[in-house]
This record gives sequence, C-alpha cells and structure tokens, in this order.
Amino acid sequence: MQVFFSMEGKELWARVKGEVDLESADLLRRELEASLDHARPEVLLLDLEGVTFMDSSGLGVILGRYRRLKKQGGRVVICRPQPQVRRLLEISGLSKIMTIHPEGPETAGGVTDGRRS
Amino acid sequence: MAGEVKVENSMALEFLSLPENVGLARVAVATFAAQVDMTLSELEEIKVAVSEAVSNAIIHGYRGEPRGIVRVTVERTSAGLVITVEDRGCGIPDVAMAMQPAYSTDPERMGLGFAFMQSFMDNLEVTSEVDRGTRVKMFKAFKGEAGK
Repeated sequence: MQVFFSMEGKELWARVKGEVDLESADLLRRELEASLDHARPEVLLLDLEGVTFMDSSGLGVILGRYRRLKKQGGRVVICRPQPQVRRLLEISGLSKIMTIHPEGPETAGGVTDGRRS
Repeated sequence: MAGEVKVENSMALEFLSLPENVGLARVAVATFAAQVDMTLSELEEIKVAVSEAVSNAIIHGYRGEPRGIVRVTVERTSAGLVITVEDRGCGIPDVAMAMQPAYSTDPERMGLGFAFMQSFMDNLEVTSEVDRGTRVKMFKAFKGEAGK
C-alpha cells in the first residue's frame, strides 16, 4: 500500500494505491493523520482508484478520518472507488454519510467549493 | 451442506497470527477457489470473507499476540466451497452479540467483519469457547457452470 498527497486550496488529496487490510491499515492511518495534522484541510479527498482490495480494516481508517474531520467542521469525499470497494462502502453505510465522486484529482479539482462545472 | 458430500479437493494452511499473513490467506484461498469456474465477483467476495475471518482471529482471538496459530482449511465439493478459519485464542464469550453489525470494542474498527462474511457467503457458522478458541465455518455455493 502506498499513499501520495497533494494540497489544492483547502483540499487535501490522498491517492491510495494497493491493498488496504489489517497489515496496511495502520500505515494508512498514520500517513493520513500526519498529513491532516500538517495541512489542516477543510476537505480530505480519498482517491481510491488504485486500491485493488479493501476490507473492514480499511473502512475503519476512513470512518476514523471522517469522524475527525466532522468534529473539525470538515468532511471526507471518496473518489473513484473500484466496484469491490464501492460495494463495501454501500453495505457498510459509509456511502450514505460521505460523498462518493466518480472523478480523480486530474479532473475533479475544486469539487468541494463549486469551482468545477 | 447436510448429508454425505464427496470432497473433490482440499487444502490447509497454518500460519502465525501476524497481520502480513491476512493477504497470504485470502490469496491462497482465492487461488484454490479459482480452480473451478467462479466469477471475479465471487472470488472478491471470498477474499473479503477470508480477510475478515483471519483478521478477527489475529485481533480478537490472539489480541494481537503474534505467536498464535491460525489454521485455514478449504474443501471443495460438487456443491461449493467450505472455508474454515480456526484459532486457539481467547474465544468469544457471546457469539450472538459479537456477530451484531457495528459491534466493535475499537472505535477505529467498524464491527462489520461478521456482517461482510454473512453478506458474501451463503452460510456462516461460528463456534467459540472462552480460552479455547474460535472456529468460523463459511460455505460458498457454486452457481452457474461450476455448480453443475
């Protein structure tokens, strides 16, 4: 599992690649927490296009960051999940509390403040 | 699942209760499952179910202790796959409560492991004894060509 970060205005983009399970969830959690501490974004956009497998350990990491951002008045947006991951998001109910966006950082810049048409 | 069914093929895997073995277990089981004609979606479902069962054994059964043994067995019959994940850890005092969705003792975990196993498999049996361990037995029925 790898995660790459970029900042666009008040949006922190986290592009996640690989498998997110019990082995990699702690690393993903630590990387996200460090970047959230540093960048203090209003919105965390998780680009999951490169995630080839996820289970409830990964969903727990997403839920934890959602709770953190919500407490701070921010939010989490999930971008481009693969069908397997999308299904888990739906079964778990996370898709009801977070926006799922079909586009990634290249085309979805400003998704959260209306800049995108 | 009832009655005498002929086992066509089987595999067994034992490993230490280390997080890096979760991936090993799901890939091994999915590779075994792929010997018959299953859809990619069915293989993904099996991978999630195995991942959840093995993660539970490591996190809850052995409470993160890396020296426990997790045993995964798979039997293929003409009807489907029987996947069993066993640990000899602390056991679950109340299986019914543990199987409730969103039951988790950790705020960073969703408590959805059993819910995913139930959603993705055709049958789920959990037997557990405190201080003796837990056995999760899952059945995935063959549909389409593989089930004929």
